[in-house]
Amino acid sequence: MSETRAITLTVNGQARQATVEARLTLVDLLRDEFRLTGSHVGCEHGVCGACTVLVDGEAVRGCLLLAVQADGRRVETVEGLTADPAHLTPLQAEFVRHHGVQCGFCTSGILMSLTAALRDNARPTEAEVRETLAGHLCRCTGYQGMIDAVLALVADGSRP
Amino acid sequence: MIASASRTPEGGYIGAPVPRREDARLLTGRGTFVDDLPMPGVAHAAMVRSSHAHARVRRIDATAARALPGVLAVVTAADVADIQKPWPARMPSPVPGTSVRHGVRHTLPVTKVRHAGEVVAAVVAESRALAEDARDLVVVEYEPLPVAATAAAALAPGAPLVYDELGDNVAAHIVQRVGHPEQAFASAPHTLRETVRVMRGGSHSMEGRGVVARYDEALDGFTVWDATQAPHAVRAMLTYLFELPEHRVRVIAPPDVGGGLGPKASVYPEEVLVCWLARQLRRPVKWIEDRHEHFVSAAQEREQIHEVEIAFDREGRLLALRDVFTHDIGMYGALVAPVITGCTVPGPYRIPNIHSEVRAAYTHLQPSGAVRGAGRPQGVLVMERMMDRMAETLGLDPAEVRARNLIPADAFPYDVGMWFRDGARLVYDSGDYPELLRRALELADYAQARREQAALRAQGRCRGIGVAICVEGVGLGPFEGAVLRLDGRGRVVVTSGAPPQGQGYQTAFAQIAADAVGVRLDDVDVVTGDTAAIPYGIGSFASRVTANAGPAILQAGAALREKILAVGAHVLEAAAADLEIVDGAVRVRGLPDRGVPLPQLARLGNAGTAFGMVMPGGLAVGLEASAYFAPTQAGYSASAHVCILDVDPETGEVTIVRYVVGHDCGNVINPLIVEGQILGGVAHGLSNALYEEAVYDDQGQSLASSFLDYPLPSAREMPRVEMFHLTTPSPINPLGVKGAGEAGTLPVPAAVAGAVEDALRPFGVRVNRMPLSPGRISDLVHAARGSS
Repeated sequence: MSETRAITLTVNGQARQATVEARLTLVDLLRDEFRLTGSHVGCEHGVCGACTVLVDGEAVRGCLLLAVQADGRRVETVEGLTADPAHLTPLQAEFVRHHGVQCGFCTSGILMSLTAALRDNARPTEAEVRETLAGHLCRCTGYQGMIDAVLALVADGSRP
Repeated sequence: MIASASRTPEGGYIGAPVPRREDARLLTGRGTFVDDLPMPGVAHAAMVRSSHAHARVRRIDATAARALPGVLAVVTAADVADIQKPWPARMPSPVPGTSVRHGVRHTLPVTKVRHAGEVVAAVVAESRALAEDARDLVVVEYEPLPVAATAAAALAPGAPLVYDELGDNVAAHIVQRVGHPEQAFASAPHTLRETVRVMRGGSHSMEGRGVVARYDEALDGFTVWDATQAPHAVRAMLTYLFELPEHRVRVIAPPDVGGGLGPKASVYPEEVLVCWLARQLRRPVKWIEDRHEHFVSAAQEREQIHEVEIAFDREGRLLALRDVFTHDIGMYGALVAPVITGCTVPGPYRIPNIHSEVRAAYTHLQPSGAVRGAGRPQGVLVMERMMDRMAETLGLDPAEVRARNLIPADAFPYDVGMWFRDGARLVYDSGDYPELLRRALELADYAQARREQAALRAQGRCRGIGVAICVEGVGLGPFEGAVLRLDGRGRVVVTSGAPPQGQGYQTAFAQIAADAVGVRLDDVDVVTGDTAAIPYGIGSFASRVTANAGPAILQAGAALREKILAVGAHVLEAAAADLEIVDGAVRVRGLPDRGVPLPQLARLGNAGTAFGMVMPGGLAVGLEASAYFAPTQAGYSASAHVCILDVDPETGEVTIVRYVVGHDCGNVINPLIVEGQILGGVAHGLSNALYEEAVYDDQGQSLASSFLDYPLPSAREMPRVEMFHLTTPSPINPLGVKGAGEAGTLPVPAAVAGAVEDALRPFGVRVNRMPLSPGRISDLVHAARGSS
């Protein structure tokens, strides 16, 4: 349990190093070691999606991936979406406009899944947006505001 | 239209869909949830929980756990003896002549555990992982005792006792009567009877419970960051147990709490233990609930069994209601939910004779509390099931039967004849239920939907339409307060006690304050949930904050404006009546050059610099005003829902075709936020109707303690909700507001139950138990086929 390994990875474009216990999850590495607390832990069994981050561009559960599995890989978190919180991305701005956020605990993971999905398909239908969001649980919004936010972005032709 | 925050819109900010100021930090990963707060030197706690629902604790051996490197402490009941006082009694019965019976409970169980998951010891270590390793090394020896895992089992003769000193498991027995129900039943042309069951469920806010405590040795006091809905209630418990004055216990709900939905309004042993450990170790100690712990230790609600009976005439007019039900209160809990259920059953209907009776039973399950809706969805389900059955019996349309019984719009205030949960009479303040129903049916294109249903049924397809309408007691007191001040930067700072868990108080409170003081929204800051910032508060639950804190902000804001203008009048040598606040300055009306900027005015009013050593006569010191608003009674919101759905009778799968919501919560401060609350409520209601169920075996062991066994709806399951608002302002507070936080949840199980039964009418299926999982629907169809 105390076996450790040195790993090197890229987080939001920055090279990072850490010596981690083999059992440490990726989300705990991001939150506790790198103090990137935007990714949240909602269930620790891969269902709720609050911890979703991108690894080499793919949306993954930060609670199911071990930190050592991210060795040598490229990790993106919600903190990397915009350099300046005062300047939101078009997707974030649509979330504000359509009230896609309430408590905000699940939001980071949802933004990361949407970011990956919109890179693959910039013009999703409502059904496709729902499919992307189906990997996430939100107890506040009923999802409608965030779906409308994405659809507004698509209609507007903006990049996320 | 989106209102700009930097200019005062025509007519003010109240009522405008102002975008939330909370959003930017949450969308960029810079929120301030309890587990996100930097806390240097923090130690991590893990809880040792009972594996039995009812057992004597014979021995706890922590030798191996204590020996693990990195472990700082393992504590049991004996170690925390200095704070092992009995927990104070919770809410008294609001119904005169009835009482609530409290068993003696301690922070850690002294002799026996009363639910599987109850904390029996706490471990603290240098990391959470180590604390959890050590937790698994703590050996607890139990002597298992017989278990009462349902209200029925707990109320049976000879049932194992949850609290030996009570002699039985009855937590409360409350009867409320209106008119002469027995006579009405005896002489009625028609009566109908049904048994309606609703199962247990949880809140499952995406963030679980969590608390960090720091003990300050110099001040002999605590600072506690707690993901709570009620920081002042947590302070009250801590000051009682630790025997400290209020000013030495500061409880702060962080600005961001990841959902609450009821359970975070209760106080739990973990909050107490973390404080004790922080004092013992002289280090901050943190405990963050994981999802499994939330399943087995956070408060739940909903489980009730109703024996309901109605009497009605040949035209479908209600003559009497008899509702006798049990409520599973778990091993600890307030009577909030069952009292509210009883009062919610009569709903929007004129019912001259009522017998309402509840037995709340202690069981060997985890504590009960309130979960979004707090007893109301059960009440709506019970009444609306019977309205559907009455329609069926008389061959009338379900919407028509409802319309015939609605309280008319000119009958307000309307006295139902009962006592509500707040201790005041159940008197509806305002509403227009016929119009609400009419517009809901219109939006749903109800007549057309019925024609389509008939066509589909002719093709053998199972389309159903459910209608549900309800009244919801909201905005409960006793009070909420607000302190407003003009700080040295010339900004209005609003402080109020109740903390948000996603409801956008920072935005809505700022809207009210900006209008009350007469400043720009951008000139207002909002502080919530800090017991050091405002001495008293109640908390965020019972859809109560806008109707309590809102008027307090309005009143304090008006008083602050007066003080600002008084200083302005002195400086500008003008009458206060001739002054206005424009673009961050107090000016003489009509003379835009004669003004004083708010920061300068704040320095004058708060520090007196320009006045020399003595304040001029008549000028009050301090640009600060506080107000506490205490409503005389609850307000009453209303909802009408129409659900159109298809059922696959083979698989039991339900597909929602349309979902229409009509909602009236009086005046609306921010429609964006209110609509969001309704949508979230509908999702929770749909989850209660179709998916989630906290299942226990007869030994009180949870059989659904992960999201794999306890499904919540995702965006794939949620339908698009179509919504409209009706506005009947409340006369009981100066904003005319009611409450909207739970509203969406209430009628959903009733509307879905009605629609599913309607869809399966060709099979003669009877829906009387929620939730309606696909398996259960399929079973209902097969049972109906088998019996026909």
